[in-house]
Amino acid sequence: MRIAELVMAIVMAIFSAYLMWKSAELPIGWIPDEGPGGGFWPFWLAAAMLASCLSIIYKWVRKTSPLSRSTEIFMDSEALKGFVLVAGSLLVTVGLFHYIGIYGALPLFLIFHIRFLGGHSWPFTGFMAVITPVITFLFFEIVLKITLPKGLTDEYFYPIFALFA
Amino acid sequence: MEILGLLMDGFAIALQPLNLGLIIVGCALGLIIGAMPGLGSVNGVAILLPITFLVPPTGAIIFLAALYYGAMYGGAVSSIMLGIPGASTAVATTFDGRPLALQGHADKALIAAATASFVGGTISVVLFTFFAPPLAHVALVFGAPEEFALMLLAFATFVGLGGDDIAKTIFSICIGLVLSAVGLDIMSGEPRLIFFDIPGFFRGINFLVLAIGIYGIGEMLWTIEETRATGGAKISEATVTFKRTMAALREIMGAWKAGLMGSFLGYFVGILPAAGATPGALMAYGVAKQISKDPDKFGKGALEGVVAPESANNAASTGSMLPMLTLGIPGSPTTAILLGGMVIWGLEPGPLLFVEQKEFVWGLIASLYAANLAALLINIAFIPVFIWVLKMPFTILAPIIFVLCLIGGYAPTQSLHDVWLMVGFGIVGYLMRKLDYPLAPAVLAIVLGPLAEPALRQSLLINDGSFSIFFSRPYSAPIMIVALILLFLPLIKLVVNKVRVKKAAA
Repeated sequence: MRIAELVMAIVMAIFSAYLMWKSAELPIGWIPDEGPGGGFWPFWLAAAMLASCLSIIYKWVRKTSPLSRSTEIFMDSEALKGFVLVAGSLLVTVGLFHYIGIYGALPLFLIFHIRFLGGHSWPFTGFMAVITPVITFLFFEIVLKITLPKGLTDEYFYPIFALFA
Repeated sequence: MEILGLLMDGFAIALQPLNLGLIIVGCALGLIIGAMPGLGSVNGVAILLPITFLVPPTGAIIFLAALYYGAMYGGAVSSIMLGIPGASTAVATTFDGRPLALQGHADKALIAAATASFVGGTISVVLFTFFAPPLAHVALVFGAPEEFALMLLAFATFVGLGGDDIAKTIFSICIGLVLSAVGLDIMSGEPRLIFFDIPGFFRGINFLVLAIGIYGIGEMLWTIEETRATGGAKISEATVTFKRTMAALREIMGAWKAGLMGSFLGYFVGILPAAGATPGALMAYGVAKQISKDPDKFGKGALEGVVAPESANNAASTGSMLPMLTLGIPGSPTTAILLGGMVIWGLEPGPLLFVEQKEFVWGLIASLYAANLAALLINIAFIPVFIWVLKMPFTILAPIIFVLCLIGGYAPTQSLHDVWLMVGFGIVGYLMRKLDYPLAPAVLAIVLGPLAEPALRQSLLINDGSFSIFFSRPYSAPIMIVALILLFLPLIKLVVNKVRVKKAAA
């Protein structure tokens, strides 16, 4: 916890400084007859973020905040493994949306979670992996008319859409 | 009596077949979402908002408000049956609800929770009906300086009353506001904060991306870790028969004082943005214990200990809608998301709603009465169903919710850029939550940011750049002063404590 607290504060301090620099691309001061410039609002807010981070770091150095004295571990190896697998599977799935589309990626995601992380039976996993994309398709694409990303699989859907047209 | 007439018109809208159906579906879904450990009203509203574009705005808000209500009822179910709060708002319900269940009185506790929720909900909606129109009327004269002062007050309550680390609270507010500034500068039209020149940022960051990221993805990551740590909890058995229900109801009547107190307390606490249903319920529990003739029974299965927090959390959810509808300032993270939804539906939140969108406002208010009744009936009739929901393993629930989040993040803008951002916010938000950064202020901020910035810039422009304008107008001055007191409250406390320590030492 102790180290995580410091790392997060430093990362966020750098991010705040970046935001201040980025905001300053627009005028941050007063423009006659126009009022405050476009960078004014985000610049000073980012400055407040930076100040908050510095105060967190200051308290960490003086050991006056609860987390700076905590001896608990931020994530034990078990928790870290779970976090990496779940967060990683989400990132991979969104990445796959670009290539094999939502209907290719969702079944893989569901199989990974239900079968490999959840330990449920193959028949049940198969049922979920098929039914979820089907309901998604019917509800979003047919009822709501929202086109979901299909990547390279786009052309395979033309005949299906033709069915509902 | 004009109000009663408007309310009747509202009922005519709320009881239309489509809207009535939405109330019932919303309540049922809310009950299920509320009953699932880890998921509460805010998660349900954030994840399901994208699908409400199917119906007109009035129907959409009626559905989401019913879901909000249902979730408040449902939270009690897992508190009582599992001893794990179904949502943070139902934490106080575990204190006495769980002991009651362990003594074999799970049915009594469940019915007490449902009845108390009904009482709290109804009393608060009546209060709401009569408070909202006058408040909106006063607010009609508000200009940019008042609007900004109110928003500052909303954020100040998090700093002064939130109870989280001050620096982290301020950080959370500011990051939400900065994220809302991404895109095009509203006044000059120039591109602003386009990170790494990625074109997706020109459209700005939709509040839903942050809300679903934090309350969908982040919450799931959090709950997966929690359930691993606690392992499987044991579900209590509940026997529900007509005779037992009647006997329970008679006993619950005896706790009316706690219910009444909880309702009023919850309502007024709920109005404050930083407070809301969770602290409202905890406070009601504390007060109920103090006014009880038999305070020793608390924590061992006192019925008042279930009635007080459950009436308070429902009352608070209504209370939080008061500032949302009348002032355009959300009273809770859930109403912040509703407010963002209203903007998407093309409605401008604020007092003008009461003048220009009477149908929307009164339809919503009337639907709250109906939602209360629907939630009570559905809750009591389907207790076995909710217990079955609790038995659903998290390893099935979690991937389904992730799928809903991924699609929900994509649907409003149909851009994968937003889905990447959402997953990113979820992961970073989860890590920050582990380090005690409060995240609700950030969600409130990203919703209010696009309203707060022009209010501030216009105010400064009218007055040639001097902040004195906020202190020279009759309504903005007192609001601003209260906001500043709240902002500096932690500092004042610190100084007072230091002086005391010195005196004690001397």
